[in-house]
Amino acid sequence: MTGFLIRRLFGIAVTLLVVCAVTFCIFYLLPSDPAVQFCGKDCPPDRVAQVRQQMGLNAPLIVQFGRYVLAIFAGRSMGTGNYVVQCHFPCFGYSFQSGRPVWDLMMDRLPTSASLAIGAAVIWLLLGLAAGVLSALRKNTWIDRTVMVGTIGMAALPVYFTAMILLYVVVAVLGLMPYPRYVAFTDDPVGWFQNLLLPWVTLALTFAAIYARMTRSSVIETLAEPYVRTARAKGLPERRVVGRHGLRPALTPIATMLGMDLGGLLAGALITESLFGLPGVGKLFADSLAKSDQPVVMGITLLASFFIIMSNLVVDLVYAWIDPRARVS
Amino acid sequence: MTPVAEAQRAASPWRLAWERLRRRRAALVGAGIIAFFVLAAIFAPVLTAISGTGPDTTDKRAIDPYLGGLPRGSAGGMSPQHWLGVEPMLGRDIFARLLYGARISLTVAFSAAVMITVIGVLLGITSGYFGGRIDTVISRFMDVMMSFPSLIFMMALLSVVKNVDRVMLLIVVMSLFTWPYIARVIRGQTMSLKHREYVEAARASGTSSARILLTEILPNLTGTIIVYLTLAIPGLIGAEAGLTYLGVGVRPPTPSWGQMIADSSLYYKVDPMFFVLPCSCLFLMVLAFTLLGDALRDALDPKGSRG
Repeated sequence: MTGFLIRRLFGIAVTLLVVCAVTFCIFYLLPSDPAVQFCGKDCPPDRVAQVRQQMGLNAPLIVQFGRYVLAIFAGRSMGTGNYVVQCHFPCFGYSFQSGRPVWDLMMDRLPTSASLAIGAAVIWLLLGLAAGVLSALRKNTWIDRTVMVGTIGMAALPVYFTAMILLYVVVAVLGLMPYPRYVAFTDDPVGWFQNLLLPWVTLALTFAAIYARMTRSSVIETLAEPYVRTARAKGLPERRVVGRHGLRPALTPIATMLGMDLGGLLAGALITESLFGLPGVGKLFADSLAKSDQPVVMGITLLASFFIIMSNLVVDLVYAWIDPRARVS
Repeated sequence: MTPVAEAQRAASPWRLAWERLRRRRAALVGAGIIAFFVLAAIFAPVLTAISGTGPDTTDKRAIDPYLGGLPRGSAGGMSPQHWLGVEPMLGRDIFARLLYGARISLTVAFSAAVMITVIGVLLGITSGYFGGRIDTVISRFMDVMMSFPSLIFMMALLSVVKNVDRVMLLIVVMSLFTWPYIARVIRGQTMSLKHREYVEAARASGTSSARILLTEILPNLTGTIIVYLTLAIPGLIGAEAGLTYLGVGVRPPTPSWGQMIADSSLYYKVDPMFFVLPCSCLFLMVLAFTLLGDALRDALDPKGSRG
């Protein structure tokens, strides 16, 4: 187990370094000059040169990359002369737009994105698992067929459409809810819930449909296993057969999927965030990209990769814990 | 022909699959919707010649300047001149834009699907068949590609590259981040196929690796490839719409469904028709491919190989 963990952590470090290098190349090899971006549109050439010097852009690319990676862990002092600022761990540099540390900007936005992703996950898990298990246990009945047709339709529904219909019906016509804006959970839990409910539902519907279909096929497959037949032959009541022998192994692949999806959504729910105007990490990314704010874009890309890679690791560990067969390989 | 010979002829796997597929109403509905949109996209110039308005023609008479540029008449300005109404402000014909939008959306999705299939099959088959160091390198590469936050990277690449044909760029960028999913499935299947007796026999009789891959392995993967190709397309159609909605995909005035949704989402309250139409096209197309893909999977691969 320890060996497995060490090997995985090493793999993670390498992968993150590769992602970092690729991002670095995309933004620093391309024609748009960071010094010009930082300095502004009508910047005199000598001022641009000064900025280049301050930002350390005259050094070879590999040196700049080394400095960037080192700074994340060790911090660095940026600028020269009177303009020195100390950027502390974890240092991702400063935003060109606002001049604030990238790390602080990301951490300001993370609670919104995390609230959105986790709340939506709760909804889609409840809906998806319930529908999937019900469908599997009532296989080939009208209930099963209705649920399956419903999920195909739900999965095909464009999020824009769901969002606008919800906004139109619930907010504009019925007036049941306020127009969503982000309220911190710590400030007002009720307001937090009310404001996020529509974004949650919007994000969750497609996932719920996919999870329902996965759950259905997984449960059907497990219930056909020989050990389930054995459990039935022992004379166990059907509830116990399904509950203890059927569902537990059937839900393992669902746990895997959940981990991956959550990791991807922490910084990847861009469309939902922009549909509802929620100030999440995705929104920050889209805004920074539009303004060529490279340090922020780099920072968020790394953060997003970190979440994906970490969720993969967590999934593997949980898997090894649930399923003894996975520990061997 | 004797009854036995008759039964044997009928038992070819493709024929069996076709029989299974034909009995599925969902598959026929899906195929019908796809055929409808593909034909509409191909014959867009003919159809707009009949309806009388092209996709870029602005019609100031169809909008009402005193109502903030909203279309005149009911249901988003539907009239004999504009079958599905006009856009607010500019007064461009929605019917024509939907048709030309279908061309872009479908071209992007189909081309990207072909590209990911070619790359995915090539790398997956190589990795699975040769194993060893080649497999390690390719598998590691796939792992790294899959831990990239794809939406964020696609956006970054799309916004950073300038002066390139947007449609081409979209196809390349979308393919770049989607091929590992199909490659992984193909790799797994190849690994199990290469230990079958007929492959061993071919190898023992001195057949070259390239020939084994082409004549023994690839034909057995065709079913899987078709299924994954079909199931990848709805995701790609959605991705094009999403990227364009976020402002990094196809640029105006080129119409695409994503572009139209982005434009119309500002008007969803005052001109719902304008918003509902492109959304419905997107919905129907994604639905159709899912229905067809599901049915194909059941028909070609009854045991089900869910990846």
